[in-house]
Amino acid sequence: MFANPFKLKKLGILGMNKRNIHYIGAQNDRKYYPLVDNKLKTKVVAQNAGISVPKLLVTIERQSQLRNLKDMLTGLDKFALKPAQGSGGKGILVIIKREGDEFIKANGQRLELRDIQRDISNILSGLYSLGGKPDVAMIETLVEFDPIFERYSYEGVPDIRVIVYKGYPAMAMLRCSTKESDGKANLHQGAVGVGIDMESGKSLFSVQHGMPVTHHPDTKYDFSELEIPHWEKILTLAASCYEVTHLGYLGVDIVLDKNLGPLILELNARPGLAIQIANRTGAVKRYDVIDNQPANLDVTQRVKFSMSHFGTS
Amino acid sequence: MSRRFQVLLIALSLAFTGFFIVWYKVGVLGIPFLPHEKRSVYKIGAEISFEGKNKPVLVSMALPEPQEGIQILSEDVASSGFGYAEAQTETGKRAEWSKRNVSGPQILYYSIEVFMEPGDYKPKLPLVSYEQKTETLSDLPDTLRDTAKILLDDVRSRSADTHSFAAQLIHDFNAKEPSQAVKILLAQGGESKFEIISRLLRYRKILVRKIHGLYLESERRNIALTPMLEVYDGKKWQLYDLKKGKVTRDKNFFIWQHGGDSVIEVTGATKSHIRFSLNERQVPVEYLLDKQELLKKAAVLDFSLFSLPVSEQNAYRHILLVPFGALVVVLLRILGGLRTSGTFMPVLIALAFMETTLSAGLIMFILIVGTGLVIRSYLSSLNLLLVARISAVMIVVIMIMSFMSILSFKLGIKEVLTVTFFPMIILAWTIERMSILWEEEGAKEVFIQGGGSLIVAIFAYFAMTDPFVSHIAFNFPELLLVVLALIIMLGRYSGYRISELIRFRSMVD
Repeated sequence: MFANPFKLKKLGILGMNKRNIHYIGAQNDRKYYPLVDNKLKTKVVAQNAGISVPKLLVTIERQSQLRNLKDMLTGLDKFALKPAQGSGGKGILVIIKREGDEFIKANGQRLELRDIQRDISNILSGLYSLGGKPDVAMIETLVEFDPIFERYSYEGVPDIRVIVYKGYPAMAMLRCSTKESDGKANLHQGAVGVGIDMESGKSLFSVQHGMPVTHHPDTKYDFSELEIPHWEKILTLAASCYEVTHLGYLGVDIVLDKNLGPLILELNARPGLAIQIANRTGAVKRYDVIDNQPANLDVTQRVKFSMSHFGTS
Repeated sequence: MSRRFQVLLIALSLAFTGFFIVWYKVGVLGIPFLPHEKRSVYKIGAEISFEGKNKPVLVSMALPEPQEGIQILSEDVASSGFGYAEAQTETGKRAEWSKRNVSGPQILYYSIEVFMEPGDYKPKLPLVSYEQKTETLSDLPDTLRDTAKILLDDVRSRSADTHSFAAQLIHDFNAKEPSQAVKILLAQGGESKFEIISRLLRYRKILVRKIHGLYLESERRNIALTPMLEVYDGKKWQLYDLKKGKVTRDKNFFIWQHGGDSVIEVTGATKSHIRFSLNERQVPVEYLLDKQELLKKAAVLDFSLFSLPVSEQNAYRHILLVPFGALVVVLLRILGGLRTSGTFMPVLIALAFMETTLSAGLIMFILIVGTGLVIRSYLSSLNLLLVARISAVMIVVIMIMSFMSILSFKLGIKEVLTVTFFPMIILAWTIERMSILWEEEGAKEVFIQGGGSLIVAIFAYFAMTDPFVSHIAFNFPELLLVVLALIIMLGRYSGYRISELIRFRSMVD
């Protein structure tokens, strides 16, 4: 029933307490949090640094603007609505097409304008933001995800989570939505996590609810055939977020757009631990290697280092 | 100096200070660490509140006198800016506060420490100390006087002696369906039941006097004095409770005032009000013997929670337990890995459980939150703004609570009346958060977090209701330093949580 804690330590598995004290607490200066906690700020900073992000279409800051929502959405057939300060995918609404007055969600559910108004109103009231702070709603272009992922995802956009430690990409996984996770890419809701080899971008293991799986539960495709294109570019994109955010311990969420290539979707200053299960590797071992590296390498050198040292082949 | 070392140093010095004070109190001052060999000392606090009207104010309060079986150890007056004097009147000692030009709300404190003498209680018969005025009832209107006489004759025919007469009369006034005569007297007399009964008894030339007192029980706040009648039949004084009828004077009944004057008289101010609070404390016998001496040699004790007014002491009895609840939360979250909704919500729930009892509290909590969730899910379809929706949920919570109270009162389930101890704003927030959680992450997450909160609340409840914990929390508040040290140490614990040993077990295989 219980794993032996000494064995876990020997494998270098990172636990929540150690993550909070030694990685988040020691590496992430709190003053840089607002930048990653606010997607609007992240987007501006990332764009200025030449990092590709999904395009911002509309921002809504006041309840009174909701009256004009219909006008604002004119011509927008597909979009993603998000709270700027949300976390864990809360409050996100993805509209894939419109039929007359109705908006169709990725899972086929139909919404009216007032449903969207309510979601925005909740966002503005601070329902999804940390500590209930008043928030801003943003509408982004919908990512048209690369067809390579169509087989491995159910009604949602699969994203790639890369943990960047001190600017080095340390571990990566692909998060695939399932029917059970309701099209969301959150592992604790039943999405499948696929560990990715740092050298090749090929899949290593896949887990759902912490248990190994070989095939996607809904599409039935074999994960072992999965290989992520533009792998080095993805790692470079992730690693370059270190210079932008000054955060030593960072989770970078990346999507592959059919036309635009890899885009940064979101940054996370408190990334979770499930990535270790998907990679069947303890994170601490890799962090220890990075700790012994010289500090002032540039992005390309850091990515090269990670690819050659953290690959499994 | 590394951070880890600093934490260790701070924790060790805190723990050392805490344990040192405990050692000093136990080893040098002789206060026993474990609750044994003790005598109860009750601190009775009177709190007089009134509102000044920019006029001179004179407050007079009846003072208790030493009585059989109960000793007054000390008295304490706290009344900043007021002159204080004690005066001897016909009916006993009175405390008098005075001040020129008083405005705004004022509070005066008076407290005494009493202790019950050991051994059996054999009440000596008090002397008939003052002349009894005979009553004529002449100030009553004719009809009322006739009604009173008819009632007295009726009661007389049903009684054998003075005591059975008094008992029957009180019984008549307490009957569920009072007789016509009683109804008329109560309706038209313009006086309290208490007043009417004693007038009627005096009219029958029975010696009677009024007593105000209170039962010495542990920890009560905001109580009023219990009025009682004492009736003399030429041989023996007998005590009558206006609700229960004839009672024998308990050893733990402390008489605050004999005689007919009011307990407080306030001139020059309005809204005067007197409230009593009781606080029981266990002290060793030796401590009682040379209490005065002890206070002189130990500034530690003089500068303790015992020097506060009694009602504040009672509040601290609860507040001092909160750190132990917090320790449970820290242990279960950092070492156990239990997830809760809201960090310290479980402690607040546990505090509510302490008032409602655990099983009743659990059922009520689940009922309120469950009903709240159902109603909240409907409210969400009305498209309300967040603040309005939470306020609406809060009002619904209050309505559920009052409905539960009324229903259970009719059904005769008393426990549910304590539902009011639940912090309703916290409940409303909990319902809102759980309902969002339900929509966003599904029912499973709601049960994980809700269940986690309840498990932590139950553990915190057991920790906080433990007699030993509450004994040391109040008598050795310096142990809070040790709790603080433990929590600081746990704050640097970077090992695995128990839940992670389960979560990562597939990695070891």
